Amino acid sequence: MSNKHLLTAGLLGLFSVASQAQDLTITLTNLTPGISFTPIIAAAHNSESSIFHAGTAATTELQALAEGGSTDGVNEILTQFGADIITNPALGLLGAGESTEFPLTNTDGNDYLSIAAMMLPTNDGFIGLDSWNIPTEAGTYTVLLNAYDAGTEVNDEIIGNIPNPLGITSDGATGVATEIGNANVHVHPGVVGDTDPEGGISDLDSTVHRWLNPVAKLTIVVE
Amino acid sequence: MIKFSKVAVATIAALTLAACGDDSSSSNSDSEVVTLTPVEYELTFTNLTNGQPISPPAVILHDSGELWSIGEPASDALELLAESGDSTEIQTLSLVTNLAVSSGPALPGETISVTVSHTDTVDYLSFASMLGNTNDAFTGINKLDLSDLVINESVTYRTSAYDAGTEANTESAETVPGPAANGEAYNAERDDINDFVSMHAGIITNADGLSTSVLTYQQKFDNPVLSVTITRLK
Repeated sequence: MSNKHLLTAGLLGLFSVASQAQDLTITLTNLTPGISFTPIIAAAHNSESSIFHAGTAATTELQALAEGGSTDGVNEILTQFGADIITNPALGLLGAGESTEFPLTNTDGNDYLSIAAMMLPTNDGFIGLDSWNIPTEAGTYTVLLNAYDAGTEVNDEIIGNIPNPLGITSDGATGVATEIGNANVHVHPGVVGDTDPEGGISDLDSTVHRWLNPVAKLTIVVE
Repeated sequence: MIKFSKVAVATIAALTLAACGDDSSSSNSDSEVVTLTPVEYELTFTNLTNGQPISPPAVILHDSGELWSIGEPASDALELLAESGDSTEIQTLSLVTNLAVSSGPALPGETISVTVSHTDTVDYLSFASMLGNTNDAFTGINKLDLSDLVINESVTYRTSAYDAGTEANTESAETVPGPAANGEAYNAERDDINDFVSMHAGIITNADGLSTSVLTYQQKFDNPVLSVTITRLK
């Protein structure tokens, strides 16, 4: 191979790196006063795949994430589409007010960023980012995330129906709701809670477990 | 180019008049320099709430004015809309250049679409829709400048809930018109604590201690309440 050919190969190599991959540094901050996030899944993916869309029914994989905090099913789906995936960057729960920082390098065509994590304690609430178009221009970008309701479980706020790694001891509630209001993914109406740890309508604490949107802040540094 | 064309019309008309007075040769062919640019926008609305029907959006194109202003009293047209979902007075506002009205509401989880067009570019797009299971909450887009939106480009907005400030938020069965209560809709009396438009503080509901509220957990909402994607087709 002549020097000329080597040079061409080298240039092509540089070019493909520049056009195909971006190094992202992502920081996710829990903005709530009293809600924890289960292990987070973040993915750069193509336009054919997603974790969720507001206004459409949750997949069973998203349901498992929103009701039980498992990222396995969502991870499997995204993997099938060749996504670049990070799971559990916070190594467990991301508590109220806490932040986690992690790198994500996207490959060619994976131009969209999506993120999800269950909100605890809720029945099927999750933080979500749906197919945010990753900028090609270097810079620092901020995106605020809302709380979504997967629409797959009644928001009764009964602790027996909510994963409880937080060790909530309140018990005996009669239930806030008895039916699913909107069976598509939608903006979470919020927690009602009460101040009765031994009864009332909710096992959640109205002075601790409420929130208003936005519930998370994402800072994305594109290099 | 677009805004210029309107200026050009006025200028040419004045010149033509002057020319006539001058009895020199002029012709209407001067007006050929005016270029009309037809525009068409498709709007898709996805109701993001758990239990608030969004009244049929009336999308208006306009060159001046606005549908509401935070801190200022609601217009009578907005009051009618926010208390009943009836957009007919908004549709007949003098500021309207062109409009299109959805044939139906967007129920929770539903997506509907409306296409609005005009024979020439228009400066702004606005709409307002009631959150049906409230006293006078509404959402919408106010005086959105679409001049940078090129053909086939889309932009998505997530809209918030506002309080028209024209009716006290009693949440009572007699005053909430939506399917959760079927109470009275529009009433000209302005009995809210403040007679001005603000961001909505949310509903309390009977699940949360307002025993006289007809509303339940199912009607609670947080922002955003509606996703609106606008695509310029022409």
